Amino acid sequence: MEAFFEHFRLWLAAFLTLGIFSFLYKDNPWYKLTEAIFVGISAGYWFVVLFWDNFHGKFWVGAGEYSINWVVAKLTGAQAPPPPDSSIDFMLWVGAFLGLLMLLRLVPKIGWISRWPLAFIVGSTGGLWLINYFASNVMVQAQATMVPLFSSAFGTGFDQNADAVIGALIIFLGTFSGLVYFFFSKAHTGVFGGTARVGVFFLMITFGASFGYTVMSRMSLLIGRIDYLLGDWLGMIK
Amino acid sequence: MFKRRIPLFILAFVGTLLIVSVFIPPMENLGEDFTLFFDIIAVFAFFLGGGNLVRIHFGKLRRRKKDWGFSIVTLVAFFFMLTIGLLKVSSVGGVWNIPLLGIGDPAAIAASPTTEGSWFQETFNYVINPLQSTMYALLAFFVASASYRAFRAKNREATLLLLAAFIILLGRTPFGMELTRWVPESFSVLQIPNMAIWIMNSPNLAGQRAILIGIGLGVVSMSLRLILGIERSYLGEDRG
Repeated sequence: MEAFFEHFRLWLAAFLTLGIFSFLYKDNPWYKLTEAIFVGISAGYWFVVLFWDNFHGKFWVGAGEYSINWVVAKLTGAQAPPPPDSSIDFMLWVGAFLGLLMLLRLVPKIGWISRWPLAFIVGSTGGLWLINYFASNVMVQAQATMVPLFSSAFGTGFDQNADAVIGALIIFLGTFSGLVYFFFSKAHTGVFGGTARVGVFFLMITFGASFGYTVMSRMSLLIGRIDYLLGDWLGMIK
Repeated sequence: MFKRRIPLFILAFVGTLLIVSVFIPPMENLGEDFTLFFDIIAVFAFFLGGGNLVRIHFGKLRRRKKDWGFSIVTLVAFFFMLTIGLLKVSSVGGVWNIPLLGIGDPAAIAASPTTEGSWFQETFNYVINPLQSTMYALLAFFVASASYRAFRAKNREATLLLLAAFIILLGRTPFGMELTRWVPESFSVLQIPNMAIWIMNSPNLAGQRAILIGIGLGVVSMSLRLILGIERSYLGEDRG
């Protein structure tokens, strides 16, 4: 039985891989079948992961189970659970309550209440990101861009070798001119326009490098799939 | 009043509270608590998302729309994954475990659904994983064909993009190394792999930093617009 399942799994993965590759010929039923499987399985996967990790792992274990047991004990007159220890956090009910409010979207007459949890999510994301992004994306990056070239420890000389100094200057020039390009409140003319143009050159190199990396990563995935088909499935590569 | 002002108030209050909490030591964990709330709300949001998927595909089935047969496949795949994941179905060494139905080892109920040997994890390994990586691998063909059509050294900017991509691509392959192996060591910076490293560490880094700082400033201004109630599109309103 185990051997059958082992073969079944290998053939299933190969069938699905070839189904996706069949799109290279044209849109066809085999591709559509694999696409439909992908959509259904992926949605189910994330639902289950969120359910066990977030709902059960965080809410149910953290507050839900204790609270429900306590309420049931009170209603039925059974022995109440022992007082909560430090692992129980009743504040988690706020999250569950907001989640339940979100489900009110399914009730057309009071569906507008689902905007409240939405406002909570947007507000807390805004509040958290404002500080975090300013610290990590703006301050840290700006600090790393403006490194000292001279140091008293080196007398009147540069504190690094020529390569590093030139590199630091290029990074400063590229970052500054790139930012000038992104500043749209002033017309890109004269010295400002010239600096913005230098910024475009740096950005183009960045996009080229990102493109090169993306192609490489896709190629490596492609090699992985071909390796699976020819090696694991057909056994042509040992 | 309830429909518009309360959401605006909640947003402004929560946003301001989280910003202020950073500067008040006893409140510094507030961000973590709120992130925990997010995680719980996300489950309920997924109820809506999953429900919508089922509703749309049942609708296609009922009305016998084009390709309705594939909707059956999607629904079967979705419910199959839900069943094996929520019931923690597993079979190890020929022994079946469905702990939530009292079949097999009851201790398996404590195991994560992603434990090796569970059907859920097996489906991830042999269905989701190959499908996902093949989908991305498929992009290699489209990227190659698109770049063949789009990459023309029409002006300086396009030439720079092309050159940078070309050097990075070559620099990461053994072919690139072989191509410039003849360059003497004293000019090693002109060897393609070294040029690729230099591009990544200098001009590319500068461009990345400009983009990152731009994103950071953009997020800060968007957050302020939201908290101050200028941006209201999340309420379904187009006007600011």
